[in-house]
Amino acid sequence: MAGIDVTGLSTVYPNGVRAVDALDLRVTDGELFALLGPSGCGKTTLLRTIAGLEPPATGTVAIGSRDVTALPPGRRGVAMVFQDYALFPHMTVAENIAYPLRVRRAPKERQREAAADVARGLSLSALLDRRPGQLSGGQQQRAALGRAVAAGADVLLLDEPLSNLDARLRLEARTFLKRLQHDLALTTVFVTHDQAEALALADRIAVMEAGRIRQLGTPREVFQRPGDTFVANFIGSTPMNLVDGRVRDGRVECAGARLPCPPGLAEGTPVVVGVRPEYLSVADDGITGRVAAVENLGVSSLVTLDCPDGTLISLTVPEQDEPALGRSLTVTAAPGRLLFYDAQDGRLLDG
Amino acid sequence: MTPGWVVRRIGFSVLVAVVLAFFAVPMLWLAGAPFDARPGFGLRWPEWTLSNVHATLRHPFALRSLVNSLVLCLVATAVTTAFAALAAYALSRVRIPGRDALLYLLLLLSSVVTGTAAMVPLFVLMLQLGLIDSRFGTALAIAGGMLPAAIFILKDFVDAVPRSYEESARVFGASPRQVLGHVVLPIARPGIATILVWSFVNAWGNFLLPFLLLRDVGKQPAAVLMRTLQDEGGSADLTVIPVFSLLYSIPVVVLYLVVSKRYGFRFHGGIKS
Amino acid sequence: MPSRAAERDPAGIGTARAIGFVAPALLLIGVFLVFPALWTLYIGITDYRLTGPAAADPRVVGADNFTTALRDPLFGNSLWLTALFVLGSAVVGQNALGFALAWLLRRVRTGLRRTVEGFVLLAWILPGPVVAYLWFAVLSRDGGTLGLLLDRPGTAWLVQYPMASLIVFNTWRGTAFSLLLYTSALAAVPPSHLETARLAGASGWQTVRDAVFPHIRGHVLTNTLLISLWTANDFTPFLLTAGGPNHESEVLPVLIYRQALESGRLGYASAMSSLLLVGNLVVALVYLRLLRGRA
Repeated sequence: MAGIDVTGLSTVYPNGVRAVDALDLRVTDGELFALLGPSGCGKTTLLRTIAGLEPPATGTVAIGSRDVTALPPGRRGVAMVFQDYALFPHMTVAENIAYPLRVRRAPKERQREAAADVARGLSLSALLDRRPGQLSGGQQQRAALGRAVAAGADVLLLDEPLSNLDARLRLEARTFLKRLQHDLALTTVFVTHDQAEALALADRIAVMEAGRIRQLGTPREVFQRPGDTFVANFIGSTPMNLVDGRVRDGRVECAGARLPCPPGLAEGTPVVVGVRPEYLSVADDGITGRVAAVENLGVSSLVTLDCPDGTLISLTVPEQDEPALGRSLTVTAAPGRLLFYDAQDGRLLDG
Repeated sequence: MTPGWVVRRIGFSVLVAVVLAFFAVPMLWLAGAPFDARPGFGLRWPEWTLSNVHATLRHPFALRSLVNSLVLCLVATAVTTAFAALAAYALSRVRIPGRDALLYLLLLLSSVVTGTAAMVPLFVLMLQLGLIDSRFGTALAIAGGMLPAAIFILKDFVDAVPRSYEESARVFGASPRQVLGHVVLPIARPGIATILVWSFVNAWGNFLLPFLLLRDVGKQPAAVLMRTLQDEGGSADLTVIPVFSLLYSIPVVVLYLVVSKRYGFRFHGGIKS
Repeated sequence: MPSRAAERDPAGIGTARAIGFVAPALLLIGVFLVFPALWTLYIGITDYRLTGPAAADPRVVGADNFTTALRDPLFGNSLWLTALFVLGSAVVGQNALGFALAWLLRRVRTGLRRTVEGFVLLAWILPGPVVAYLWFAVLSRDGGTLGLLLDRPGTAWLVQYPMASLIVFNTWRGTAFSLLLYTSALAAVPPSHLETARLAGASGWQTVRDAVFPHIRGHVLTNTLLISLWTANDFTPFLLTAGGPNHESEVLPVLIYRQALESGRLGYASAMSSLLLVGNLVVALVYLRLLRGRA
């Protein structure tokens, strides 16, 4: 068991692109850690650099207390599950799972036992003699996990572990993965572009953009207090309202309303006001607009308000409270849910 | 069923029948003449006999030339497959300096420098190296001609194999040798089989190079012996030639049947289609 | 992102070992393709002969061989015959027959399609010398199949109509490639386009012209260039007619062979080979250009 320490790490491609840019990161022992970001943000490269598949230009990677920067992938004590699972098509499930032992020239008997052991824990026992091509997507994923578990590594790396599954299976696999990780207490880093997946699975999340970490925190922190407008935009299944405003007479004017102002802001400062649709509710006083669209989300509905100055504000309402189109509605944020960002650099203004 | 439809239907069937006949009729000779007591060029129902077969088997050079063909082919095929596999893998996976220029040059060479265009220097080269009448030298020359295309066909196969297989094996600690042996070779097997068959069929039918480079009748492969049989007395020896043609054709036909049965005759030309 | 990562070395074999992997193939290609190609150019400017004093000590004669070739009626004759051969058997014969078969066999019962394809492919893969004998039989004066079919027994087709015979023969021999290429090209034409044409009431020919051809234009070009190149370099005509009678079917490869090995004029034959090489190079460059344009 071991944590991961990444210090000053940069990975540069031959064409000069800095996929990972002077990055520091600490993953603690036994943690389930998510690297989250849009495609091209460097999250997969970071994962591959930790695995040793990409050589870093500068910086170090340590696993446990051991500096592994110069070691080849096979000697770092990491196991990895690839996005396409990379199950060897010419081997059975048993042979695939036992492959890490075959590499180390373990006796055949020992390989068989290990495969059977691991397969039991992943309910794959009935499938040991099948080829990967004869498995469903979910079974393939479990076989790939099984192979990684059988490696007996200190660290487990998962590249987009759920992206090759269809929507329904994905929820099931998510729960399964979380339980498995908890049972094994194995330091695990996974890469995903799906914020819901990161929120649901991870103990902590690093939100990445352009090779750097934009915010690092627990799912709750990242969801409730996005550190900047990029993260605010990226996290949440319904996008956060981000509205331009300005400090005037000790209040923040925005979308035709006057909102309470965080302390320490000078008169006339431009700010971006952020509030999640889930934290807005109908009230007597606040932002007023006409109902422009109502979208059914199941248990709730997403209502879009058209404010007099043209800004669009969305909020969710319980299914029984859907307003009629065209009606005027006034909404206000739940206490403490209103966030203010610097209009220039997009950073969260702490209040 | 309108009259127009019936006419079109009949026209279509006639057309297909004519095409089928065009391609099939010339091959009938190969089925009849070898077993005809009075073999000729005419198409007729044979007077069945096996005497031609006996005559062919007794012929001083017939069986020997088939053995020569086999030796020539096996060497050329083995060399082509092994060298092409190594080169295709390295070119697919590693960014060797100058790789793209090299690939472009190979693609050009594979079509531009034909045996026909290079026959004089090849002949002179082998003459000066003292390799005229060397089966091994001829096999190497045949392999050299097949290599660029073989590398391209194989590289297409290797390019299609996801790199995550190799990376996965490496993460689990496999050495480069283990990666090749456990993962790459087994997965590339269909591609290698394709090249084996492709180069065998090509080398088996190659006439020009052995014709140029193997002058001693005792070393000539079947392709050249067929020509020699015809030239010997000015006219063709029709007791031997039909049976010999059949014997000579069997390996490629068998290979063709095996391939089309197992894989279906797909399009591998090194050409994107 | 994965594509960029893929440019690295997934198996970890390293550049040095990779060069070692490529070297044996490059060595053979260098000795048996590159070197002969360059040497052809050199021999082409000498008076090198197979026998006699010029065999031991060839002299550089500059462009003499080339000017001789351009004035040589045999060379002009063989260029014309080669053009005829390529045009008749490849550009028209194999191309048209290959496409027609691919188009017609699309909807035929699987069994019948397999049978036709089987024979077409067999004609392609049988060894050249065997195929030559099959056509001796078809075209023979003594009861050959063609004579019987056309009710003209006793006609020596290969003597009376040598080029026509070669063209029909090569169409028979090489249609398989066009059939394979066009079959896979037609499979890539979106069915919705064909259905649109059918809904609009287009005839078979109109469908091919308006809905199919725009999709396979690149394949037609590719196919035409490749089969032309192969046909121009094909040595099989030698097996059927050896250039005769009286040079009437002496296509360029046969002429080169006869000048080099039968007349022993290695320098002169090399000059003609060089011209063939240059022709090949032009066609190949056009072909690669087209491939790049499409990629």
